[in-house]
Amino acid sequence: MIYRLFARSWTRTLVAAFVALVFSIALTSIVLSISGFNPPSTFQAMFEFGKEPDSIVNTLNKASSYYLSALAVAVGFRMNLFNIGVDGQYRLAAMLAAAAGGAWNLPVVLHQIVIVAVAVLVGGLWAAVPALLKVTRGVSEVISTIMLNFIATGIIAYLLNPGRLAVQLGPNNIGTKTISHSGRVPGTPFPGTDLKLYSLLVLAILAGIGFWFMINRTRFGFDLRATGLSQSAAVASGVDARRMVVMAMVISGAIAGLIGMPQLLGESYTYSLNFPTGIGLTGIGIALLGRNGPVGIAFASLLWAFLDVSSQILDFNDIPKEIVAITQAAVLLSVVVVYEVVNRVGQRIDQRHVAAQLGEVAA
Amino acid sequence: MSTTEPAVELHGITKRFPGVVANHDIDIEVAAGTVHAIVGENGAGKSTLMKILYGMQRPDEGTIKVAGVEVALHSPSDAIARGIGMVHQHFMLADNLSVLENVVLGAEKLHGIGGRARRRIREISDQYGLGVEPDRLVEQLGVGARQRVEILKVLYRGAKILILDEPTAVLVPQEVEELFGNLRELKREGLTVIFISHKLDEVLSVADTITVIRRGTTVDTVRPGDVTARQLAELMVGSELPVPELRESTVTDVPVLTMDGVTVRDATGRAVVDDVSLTIHEGEILGIAGVEGNGQAELVEAIMGMLPLDAGVIRLGDTELTGMATRRRREAGIGFIPEDRHRHGLLLESPLWENRILGHQTRPPNVKRGRRGGATGGKAGVLIDRQGFRSDTERIVRDYDVRTPNIDVTAASLSGGNQQKLIVGREMSNDPKLLIAAHPTRGVDVGAQSAIWDHLRHARAEGLAVLLISADLDELIGMSDTLRVILRGRLVGEADPATITPDQLGSLMTGAGEGSAA
Repeated sequence: MIYRLFARSWTRTLVAAFVALVFSIALTSIVLSISGFNPPSTFQAMFEFGKEPDSIVNTLNKASSYYLSALAVAVGFRMNLFNIGVDGQYRLAAMLAAAAGGAWNLPVVLHQIVIVAVAVLVGGLWAAVPALLKVTRGVSEVISTIMLNFIATGIIAYLLNPGRLAVQLGPNNIGTKTISHSGRVPGTPFPGTDLKLYSLLVLAILAGIGFWFMINRTRFGFDLRATGLSQSAAVASGVDARRMVVMAMVISGAIAGLIGMPQLLGESYTYSLNFPTGIGLTGIGIALLGRNGPVGIAFASLLWAFLDVSSQILDFNDIPKEIVAITQAAVLLSVVVVYEVVNRVGQRIDQRHVAAQLGEVAA
Repeated sequence: MSTTEPAVELHGITKRFPGVVANHDIDIEVAAGTVHAIVGENGAGKSTLMKILYGMQRPDEGTIKVAGVEVALHSPSDAIARGIGMVHQHFMLADNLSVLENVVLGAEKLHGIGGRARRRIREISDQYGLGVEPDRLVEQLGVGARQRVEILKVLYRGAKILILDEPTAVLVPQEVEELFGNLRELKREGLTVIFISHKLDEVLSVADTITVIRRGTTVDTVRPGDVTARQLAELMVGSELPVPELRESTVTDVPVLTMDGVTVRDATGRAVVDDVSLTIHEGEILGIAGVEGNGQAELVEAIMGMLPLDAGVIRLGDTELTGMATRRRREAGIGFIPEDRHRHGLLLESPLWENRILGHQTRPPNVKRGRRGGATGGKAGVLIDRQGFRSDTERIVRDYDVRTPNIDVTAASLSGGNQQKLIVGREMSNDPKLLIAAHPTRGVDVGAQSAIWDHLRHARAEGLAVLLISADLDELIGMSDTLRVILRGRLVGEADPATITPDQLGSLMTGAGEGSAA
């Protein structure tokens, strides 16, 4: 009965996510009321705006980057490895890939493949730095990845100068040389709007499927999960912890390399000063919200992107759109707490159920 | 003494606690000025009971009376206010502070932190013969002295009733004797000691009264003069004890594990495994006897490749293991029943079938074979074989009598004995040549214990070589073909399990007898 329902971990996830959502909407409503706005009409305005075709396209496009970012973070999280450096990894990867794509003129297909490959390679290599520091010198990856984010920012600022990798794009903007048509990925039309969907959304979906397959069906994935659940047990079982750190970090960085690709090849064609930043940090929250699973992360990144996009309308109604940041923060905080509670309750139910089935006295 | 109120009375204490042994209908009366032992198997509910008495947990039912007055203990500070103090098994001392600083920490209001406190500590130390010097740094003290500091800490806070949780687990035998001397001193001064243990000989020698707990409830209260250790053990487990014994020898002269001059040093350069040489043959169980913490754990980790060697060679058959990764060693045919199954043997939050893979990630039926290579010869593939290990988990559950509703429940929801049977079944899979069994029956119920012994006997008859490490001397003597004694990382003696008694083995373990006995 109740046990049956609660036995599946996805039901638990669903319950937890729902509770968190209700809580954060309640909290946001309180803040709105205090500030003198009407919560129902605010939410309605956001929803109405969010379901317009333009907004849907923007949401999906944004979600594709968020999804890749959260996947990159989740690879590390699955083995208790905190890659806070996804942000630096994707920006450096996108910048160098854009520069390579702009500099080399290659035939269609090959051009795109080369650009993506450069991004994956740069992301992976940049992530290998903290991994090697950790396994050889014992440096905490949390600290080193955060610091490498700043170093990446510095490197990008240095390289993104006329005479190095950048050209003047306009009076107030510089960026890498624009990628020619042979390297672009044309967008997919969407009914009811002139905006186009990034076709590389497919890349995100493929990465999600690949992630699921790796985690659940491969030996490497098992070792990764085992390390995350109990490092001591994993080591005793023959998992080489150091090798796992390097592998997981490089894979995480490689996925991070993909983050900028839908945007770069589908819309910007250049890494300029207004290329989106901060997606790597957003990905941490989304991975948490999605419980590091490919399906959960998909829903989480759609929710995040929807909130980002639909909040644009609030400014028109004189409501500060930063209110959405409160909603997002509330979702995150509550979801962490609720997951923990639901997990514990679930475990107790499991144990009681096993004991009951075996006819043992509360033992 | 019968006219005075009991120091502590527990009546009908019940604690419901899903998943672990709860307490139910516990009745204990502890007379003032006595040493009262509470014994029971691991997991019988002793710790829960003590946590209740020390205010760390609240009982669902039942009453607690201290000196005749009913009390409700909401926290350890409530308990301390009622004169109940607890000495934990794992010391809670700050190494880089002095004894004085450790003692006054959190009790600064009592006698200040300076001269007055120092005088008070000296007073207590002299009164109870603890020999504690207030100005020594804790890091300079040995284990026994640290324990006395812990006792003094509790007395300093005015405790009249002391709870000692498994106090001898960390001590060597001489220190145990000293501790017992201290306890008698405390008793003479009118204090009450509640002593939790599962070591029956110790309990019989120090306690005035013994209460036995089994499956969460009190089953009997006896006086040490009226029972033997064996009777007490049977009370504890509630049935006749299974007897560890081997029948005819199956030892061959084919060496399986050969260790030659193996030395492992810890971070400080001390040799924790010191020049160990031994050979285990096909069909032989070699038991290692020793007081815990004398290098057994490091010896096992060295064989498993979890600790690097500083010197020496380890061979499995003709294969040299030295420098090989843990996984390769397992593939070469080593099964491993770890000492701490929760830390090293299981993924508690994962279902049973995932636990089947652990330690066998590269071998069938857990992985699909690589595309090249025939039958079992091929290199392990990249993919795991869900069908394969699910059905193999069913086999283990069936053959090893793991009591579980199905294989999809988490490992954490099984009882300790069933978890252990699952591990034994798993480690016996893939035809190991050598099995390292570290405390294979620790904390499991009697049924599981006798089943595990059966499996060991059976595997031995089929030619398995076993390295058995155990703190249970009866198990060691009964289940070993050869016995070696380890002391401070060195193999110091050899004994013939056919003739040696637990007493003799015990004295060998402390280094009392040199060389070979019997």
